[in-house]
Amino acid sequence: MNIFSRLGEFLLMIKGMFTKPEHWRMYWKELMHQCVELGIGSLGIVSIISVFIGAVSTLQTAYQFVSPIIPRSVIAQIVRDSVILEFAPTITCIVLAGVVGSKISSELGNMRVSEQIDALEIMGINTKAYLILPKIIAALITIPLLVIIAMTLGIWGGRMIGDLTGILPHEIYDRGLWDSFVPYNVTFSLTKAYTFAFIITAIPAYFGYNVRGGALEIGRASTTAVVTSCIMILLADYILAAILL
Amino acid sequence: MIVIEHIKKGFADKTVIADVSATFETGKCNLIIGASGSGKTVLMKCLVGLLEPDAGNIIYDGTNFTQLDADHKKIMRRKIGMLFQGSALFDSMTVESNVMFPLDMFTNQTKAEKQKRVDEVLDRVNLGEAHKKFPAELSGGMKKRVGIARAIVLNPQFLFCDEPNSGLDPQTSLVIDKLIKEITTEFNITTVVNTHDMNSVMEIGDKIIYMYQGNKEWEGSNAEIIFSKNERLNNFIFASEFLKDAKDMRMLEVKGKIQNDRDMDKLLNS
Repeated sequence: MNIFSRLGEFLLMIKGMFTKPEHWRMYWKELMHQCVELGIGSLGIVSIISVFIGAVSTLQTAYQFVSPIIPRSVIAQIVRDSVILEFAPTITCIVLAGVVGSKISSELGNMRVSEQIDALEIMGINTKAYLILPKIIAALITIPLLVIIAMTLGIWGGRMIGDLTGILPHEIYDRGLWDSFVPYNVTFSLTKAYTFAFIITAIPAYFGYNVRGGALEIGRASTTAVVTSCIMILLADYILAAILL
Repeated sequence: MIVIEHIKKGFADKTVIADVSATFETGKCNLIIGASGSGKTVLMKCLVGLLEPDAGNIIYDGTNFTQLDADHKKIMRRKIGMLFQGSALFDSMTVESNVMFPLDMFTNQTKAEKQKRVDEVLDRVNLGEAHKKFPAELSGGMKKRVGIARAIVLNPQFLFCDEPNSGLDPQTSLVIDKLIKEITTEFNITTVVNTHDMNSVMEIGDKIIYMYQGNKEWEGSNAEIIFSKNERLNNFIFASEFLKDAKDMRMLEVKGKIQNDRDMDKLLNS
């Protein structure tokens, strides 16, 4: 199947999701379930990564700024902007593409192979709307929140390591954080978060939903889904930066 | 009643169903039998709408299913229950939640009403004690029974069973067959069973369609199959020497040549 057929199939899948739900309460229940699975379930890994990214950024930036004419508060500015603009949305979402993407792909793939999707179809349920749409909406709700948490924890991680190592006392770090702060950067970061949230749920859902075969194909679909999602995140990252900055 | 007229289905350049017409009667167990690759699963998938036939009509109680739009097909599907080969139970849900799922999705019943209905159908399939178990904790036969309970919970008019006995021991197979037969008669539904289990053919085959290389090769009942002179059917049904002997014995019995044990001894010694 060539790339255009796949793209066409993907667009048809997206179109097929928008129908009137058979039962609103069941869809709401599924949406809440997915919010917990994708959001709360990813909170631990996002927190750990963010703290370490902030800490490492502070150490490496301080290591490169040896000139006495550059104020040390600049380190905090660099850490802040790096975390807000790139690390929090992009790195977090690339990690989530692995965690959430493989989960979605293998879950749907397993449902396809074990005929659970067919069973839902036979009941008269729009499986694209019931199985895929709640995942995408849940990601659009929770992933920007995770990115905000990642920004906060990343900046806090940098502050903490500056204090612990004595490289940058927190009074200077805090002053640097407010110097030349551009609020638009947060808006830009959240725009990326929404775009990536769609990518890391819709693409794995497409690969999982269309699995044919058995366990081997489910594994292949998961790998393809994660790789494709990561590439699409990097591509979207570049396009958004080129357009919006 | 389900009537199928000149159903054709192929994939790429391979024809899987050449041209099949048949009638599946209400209140009876209608069996589709045939060797692997004969097209019976594809035919069943066409019947329930999981595959679109290339040509032909599928008529459910006078409604042409093939000509319905997607929304009307969805409504029609609520009259259909299906038992899948692998049971297709939702892994993350308990037995009770699996059976309650169609009620949650398609009815506005209260929790108590839904619970009452779930209890009824689980008792009907003799699984009154398995409410809180997960599919992974069940045996193959129990999974099939949960599948049947889920399929009948909305009182369907049409029940489809894809290889209901696959992977089950002969005794459990008979229990499942008996259950399918009882449900068909009790609720007066049109049941279509896709099988290659010979016990099922003999036990519940009110009407049997034998598929061979995408065509309907033979049609009849379990009473008639024993006298069939169709060589392909006989080779398929009575494949082993044991079954061939059993057929010969049955024919002699029917023809009155074996009437008691003494006749049987005489025959065996001759």
